[in-house]
Amino acid sequence: MFQVRDSRFGVRSLVKSKEKFVFVLIIVVLALAPLFISDFRVNLLGKFIAYAILAIGLDLIWGYTGILSLGHGVYFGLGAYCMAMYLKLEAAHGKLPDFMSWSGLERLPWFWRPFSQGFFALAMAMLIPTLLAFFIGFLTFKNRIRGVYFSILSQALSIIFVVLFVGQQAYTGGTNGLTNYKSILGFSLSNASTKLFLYYISIALLVLAFGFCSFLVKQRIGRILVAIRDGENRVRFSGYNPTTYKIFVYCLSAALAGLAGAIYVPQVGIISPAEMGIVPSIEMIIWVAIGGRGTLIGAVIGAILVNALKSGISESFPDVWSYFIGFAFIVIVLFMPNGIVGLVKNIAGRFGWIKSKGGGRYGFDIAN
Amino acid sequence: MDSILQIDNLTVSFDGFKAVNNVNTGIDKGEIRFFIGPNGAGKTTLLDAICGRVKPQSGQVTFFEKDLARYAEHEIVNVGIGRKFQVPSVFTNMTVYENMELAVVKDRSLYSSLFQKLKKEQIARIEDILVTIGLYEKRFSTPLALSHGEKQWLEIGMLLAQEPKLMLLDEPVAGMGRAETDKTGELLKKIAQNCTIIVVEHDMEFVRDYASKVTVLHEGAILDEGSVYDVQNNQKVIDVYLGRGGERDA
Repeated sequence: MFQVRDSRFGVRSLVKSKEKFVFVLIIVVLALAPLFISDFRVNLLGKFIAYAILAIGLDLIWGYTGILSLGHGVYFGLGAYCMAMYLKLEAAHGKLPDFMSWSGLERLPWFWRPFSQGFFALAMAMLIPTLLAFFIGFLTFKNRIRGVYFSILSQALSIIFVVLFVGQQAYTGGTNGLTNYKSILGFSLSNASTKLFLYYISIALLVLAFGFCSFLVKQRIGRILVAIRDGENRVRFSGYNPTTYKIFVYCLSAALAGLAGAIYVPQVGIISPAEMGIVPSIEMIIWVAIGGRGTLIGAVIGAILVNALKSGISESFPDVWSYFIGFAFIVIVLFMPNGIVGLVKNIAGRFGWIKSKGGGRYGFDIAN
Repeated sequence: MDSILQIDNLTVSFDGFKAVNNVNTGIDKGEIRFFIGPNGAGKTTLLDAICGRVKPQSGQVTFFEKDLARYAEHEIVNVGIGRKFQVPSVFTNMTVYENMELAVVKDRSLYSSLFQKLKKEQIARIEDILVTIGLYEKRFSTPLALSHGEKQWLEIGMLLAQEPKLMLLDEPVAGMGRAETDKTGELLKKIAQNCTIIVVEHDMEFVRDYASKVTVLHEGAILDEGSVYDVQNNQKVIDVYLGRGGERDA
């Protein structure tokens, strides 16, 4: 009986431990990076780490559960705005934030007030996306809206929020968004040490997010999510309620996106409605696709690598980036449906380094 | 005898087309009941109505005195009705063992899926069933490596693991050879010791060998019901189904 469990985890853990090893390697490299590269680059890297946290959540819902959300920019943006409200209030030193006076407001709106507390803002950065995801998820998944229909709805969500945030200039800063922060919890944001500290906080959050989600997919729920992706009906007729699981994973991915937004804002120094739009939301999907969906490590690699390439390429050839990413996406879809991780696994399997489960995991049918 | 499943005046219609038309029947405990009939007779729709996949227009299905219309699909599973679909539907991205694992769990809540491991007796049951369906040796391969027949058995095994009181099987032997068909039949007999079974099937030899009672459906309504012998000698049944099926005058 115990042999069963041992040998079962034998095959599995061989692959999984490799993933863990790669993750540790990435973390070590990230942690040592400030010794070798400029502050400016470290700051960029901090931004990519925030993206990686978001990508893990996105991979849970897309790679594992097969639900393609094209509106995760909204959850990222909401998290970022929550944090930005706090930073803005701290910069205003008890006065009205600059953009509000320009827009003719005389008093701080009631919903801005509690955001003067940093920890309240951080909690809200995860809670508000979670609640919104619960609301949207409940209505859509309960009514069995799936596949491309859900994807289209999620895009509509993104448009609605961009329009809303642009329109409510007095409360949100409009198109310009929220910027010109001074300090966080009393520490000046222009200080190199504060920046470095934030960078290491991002790494710590990435480790936590990765650790939690790896734990999750190793539990039975991990297999239930994959089962929902591969045969929702069979799951339902095995006595599970897929709606519960879908809402859960949607909320979780929204919370991670919100967390990513919250750690993004103090490092980047600005959040605007453009970050919530459809284009950034689709780019997020591309990170996961290029890294390799269905593996958490793939999401991390994809997010960091694609964004590193993006800043590298846009520095030298600003116009080329969108062609490049489009081309890369096509190549991935056609030739590497399981992304970089899938490619590496394939090669490793061919040389007998890891036991390959034969063939690709699944084809690239975008919305199942 | 008490029937465990009672179908009363059941009508299912799709845009006015009555796929199931005023069906009345009762299934007794321990029976292996076969639903037969030509294509489009409403056999699969009848199974769908029992397991909650389609909502009836009128009439009701009661299972151990419970009106099934009030339950969602996954709740119907949890009161003890298992359903196997025509096309084998097993999860191809996990091992045979993991497929069974998802089925054997009794507490299917989010909390349990997050934190609870399988109990020892559940692991033992999985192994028992794997031996019964003959897939013990293949428990660590994915269903991609299984033959069509083995996939069907795996799905039946998954149903068994749920410990249902009633099992609905839609064409379990379609596409199987004679040897596999017989093996499936023996499997059903074994299962029927603890569980009632409804089978939709076209293979008349299979029906003859294993049915305890047969319900013939035609254009959504019941044409005849009784033992295999009675049904086979009913002129109406011969006309609409058996005669056409090429079984007698092939």
